[in-house]
Amino acid sequence: MRAEEYQEQKFEVAGWPVNVSTYRLGTQWHAKADNVSPGAALCRTVGATREEAEQKAVARAGELLGRTRRHAV
Amino acid sequence: MAEYAHPEVLVSTEWVAAHANDPKVRVAEVDVDTKAYDEAHVPGAIGWAWNTQLCDTVRRDILSQQQFEELMSASGVKPDTTLVIYGDNNNWFAAWALWQAKIYGHADVRLMNGGRKKWLAEGRDLSTDVPPVQRANYHAKPADLSLRAFLPQVQEASAHNSAAMVDVRSPQEFTGEILAPPGLPETCQRGGHVPGARNIPWGKACNDDGTFKSAEELRNLYGGEGIDGSRPVIAYCRIGERSSHTWFVLKYLLGFDKTTNYDGSWTEWGNLVGAPVERGAAAAARG
Repeated sequence: MRAEEYQEQKFEVAGWPVNVSTYRLGTQWHAKADNVSPGAALCRTVGATREEAEQKAVARAGELLGRTRRHAV
Repeated sequence: MAEYAHPEVLVSTEWVAAHANDPKVRVAEVDVDTKAYDEAHVPGAIGWAWNTQLCDTVRRDILSQQQFEELMSASGVKPDTTLVIYGDNNNWFAAWALWQAKIYGHADVRLMNGGRKKWLAEGRDLSTDVPPVQRANYHAKPADLSLRAFLPQVQEASAHNSAAMVDVRSPQEFTGEILAPPGLPETCQRGGHVPGARNIPWGKACNDDGTFKSAEELRNLYGGEGIDGSRPVIAYCRIGERSSHTWFVLKYLLGFDKTTNYDGSWTEWGNLVGAPVERGAAAAARG
């Protein structure tokens, strides 16, 4: 087994940049979302298509990022 | 990799592919948990979870010598095993594992340059099989605490400029705009940074493919902020894993021997009663 068609795509989600990497393992597509800066993994999802896995990752990332508070400095 | 001060601590993905079945080599994938490992991993690799296997789960601390010995023994690692560690996030948590292996004196421990990301992107073989492990009887050396910074050393460095401090978090964490990486739980009461620290985010040391930048690029990156190895360096982040990545870069790729990792990091300092905090952009260089 190998990761096929590895790809990374940037999104803006809840006001934050998100990097979503997607790849196919066998018949399943996998996605991982990270928060770009600093690059922490937010979630991992799977789907029958790249788009499905990616959309799930973006949705979950949005839930997490929506909780992030900005403070005045 | 020969241009690095200690190139022997890095291996390429090609090297790992060629040595994955070498009985003298043990490959371990490290992440905050084993979700990525369970998805698929380098064939023959074992998986270690940072949150349950590479920290003391009762008190906040690294593994004790006994706990480290148990992890190595259960993983089939012997003192003469070449231990190759890799992981996601360009080896964040892998660097933490390497830091502990160095603390407990493992002779030959290396990072796979580029980590999991590069392995996946290159379309290399993957497996979901957990390899059988023959238990070993591992004896670690007493902890070498010269690799670790504790709160009093950081307080001394901040108050008297006795060491350079590198805050490797994102600029928004450094300024205090956010208290944790976006999307992650806040683990401190106050935002900002240790007075006197410079902000050099960990990721600046990496190329897009997850590999480390060249020695010249790294010297320019850190040298431009006054980090040139002429005096001790303390690296910190939020919980010590990102800073173990920078600690690795400074100590082994650039050869700045007096580099320590402050794993208490901002989760300790930002919760400490009475600790001075600097917010906003970094103060001017102290020289």
